[in-house]
Amino acid sequence: MASAKIISRRIAIAGGFAGAGWLIANATRLTENQSLDHVFKAVEDWTKIAQRGLLYPDRLAREYSVADISPVFKPNGTYNPGTDEYNAHVASHFVNWRLKVDGLVSNPLSLSMADIMRLPRRTQITKHDCVEGWTAIGMWTGVQLGLILKAAAMKPNARYAVFHCADNLTGEPAKGGEQSPGQYYESIDLRDAFHPQTLVAYALNGRQLDVPHGAPLRLRVERQLGYKQAKYVQRIEITDGFAQIAGGKGGYWEDRGYEWYAGI
Amino acid sequence: MQAEQVHTEKAGFWRRLWRDAFGPIGDAEGFYRHGALVRLTHWINALCILFLLGSGLNIFNAHPRLYWGLYGADADQPFFSLNAVDVPGGTQGITQIGPFHFNTTGILGWSKVDGEFQARGWPDWLTIPSFQDLADARHWHFLFAWILVANGIAYLGYSLVARHIQKDVWPTWADIRAIPRSVLDHIKLRHPTGDAARRYNVLQKMAYLGVILLITLMVLTGLTMSPAIDAFFPWLLDLFGGRQSARSIHFISASLIVLFVMVHLIEVVLAGPINEVRSMLTGRYRIPRDHSAKDHS
Repeated sequence: MASAKIISRRIAIAGGFAGAGWLIANATRLTENQSLDHVFKAVEDWTKIAQRGLLYPDRLAREYSVADISPVFKPNGTYNPGTDEYNAHVASHFVNWRLKVDGLVSNPLSLSMADIMRLPRRTQITKHDCVEGWTAIGMWTGVQLGLILKAAAMKPNARYAVFHCADNLTGEPAKGGEQSPGQYYESIDLRDAFHPQTLVAYALNGRQLDVPHGAPLRLRVERQLGYKQAKYVQRIEITDGFAQIAGGKGGYWEDRGYEWYAGI
Repeated sequence: MQAEQVHTEKAGFWRRLWRDAFGPIGDAEGFYRHGALVRLTHWINALCILFLLGSGLNIFNAHPRLYWGLYGADADQPFFSLNAVDVPGGTQGITQIGPFHFNTTGILGWSKVDGEFQARGWPDWLTIPSFQDLADARHWHFLFAWILVANGIAYLGYSLVARHIQKDVWPTWADIRAIPRSVLDHIKLRHPTGDAARRYNVLQKMAYLGVILLITLMVLTGLTMSPAIDAFFPWLLDLFGGRQSARSIHFISASLIVLFVMVHLIEVVLAGPINEVRSMLTGRYRIPRDHSAKDHS
């Protein structure tokens, strides 16, 4: 003689198992249909809030010693932008390369490599954590992005720094289909942009950046994953959002399903 | 004598199964073995582990190599890797463990996806989602990682306050002294009856504590792979010897959890699947009768 309470409990138990079984059986289909994207976005936001809550703004990433540097620093993504324009820059050793800073700034900049090399430099030995799982340790030299942004003078509504790059990348196929090619770009918020370890870097392990590692300029934002470290940077656009840029998710890989906040 | 013992146990298994399915639970209500919160968190935990393992293997496939130390990438020597290697006349899946190489074509390194061979660390029938997609696998992984952590905090918080861990799981000195006998009982597939069946045996206690420790280790090594967490808790990097060591420990701990689950499921079947599963659903557990006593009477 099962009471109503026991019967309702049995229904709850059976329902719970049926739901779990359904989720297991349909996990791949739910992923393909992007049915759970809003759930995944909520998880990303929650992760960001939790991690940002821990990281008061100037908390530094660990810096390593020369002895810890990887013998080979693996390049990834674009190995060579290879366009006529970029090849001409390589041939002329980037003397005509410009780093433009524009958007929501009072004082737009267009800096040559010589201008950038004259600015105070910072050298840091840090680990580069790829989203794929591998790690390389390298010594980066460059200018603190905060210095450049200060010179450009942020307008009050400035919130993000968007990095426009010279490379057009065709990434790995996703969801069983083909990955669309696209101009590489990335974005970080001003909290990370003004972090003392966030660099516009021009040297790796004491040598000018080579082409596979992003010559002549790349971003270093040390508390996030490798895909945030935009290479071949030509333009830094200061914005109050990134919904209008490319796929609208704030970066090349973000437009292809990866998290904008790449702290984990 | 040995053979007789085994025979008795075998007969006992089917008799027990019948009684568990259709017989009365025992002294009126039976023995209330697992509290509601322990039961609920057990099943949520099981679902999390399943999704974390499946999505974890998909993530692993993005770089199917394990290293020891601070760094590790293509140019560095892995201690474990799943490779697709071109040989004369085709491609082979090669699993490397230290200096040893095994041909694992069709399962590890090189396996069929939709009827066509592909370079894939783990095969599609083991990963979540089944197709190779790092971004989506990460989404599933972090979704269930958060649920696992919340669930784990609920379980540990309740179990410590209600003294479930201290009373039922933490081994006593008598337990420690009984380890050799418990090992022998397990080898002979002898399961406790009567009063002894109301308690976890010492190997069971150690296995449960071990899996709690392994899950904690999974969470900590998982967090060590996060560059943001490393900035806040650099001691995690020191604790595990670097991000690549942490990633390897993450994988090894996951393998040990798989081992735990396998032994756990085998024990459930051997100890009486209906009684055991019921006790984790409703809490009620029928105390197995003492066969030897009954046989003598």
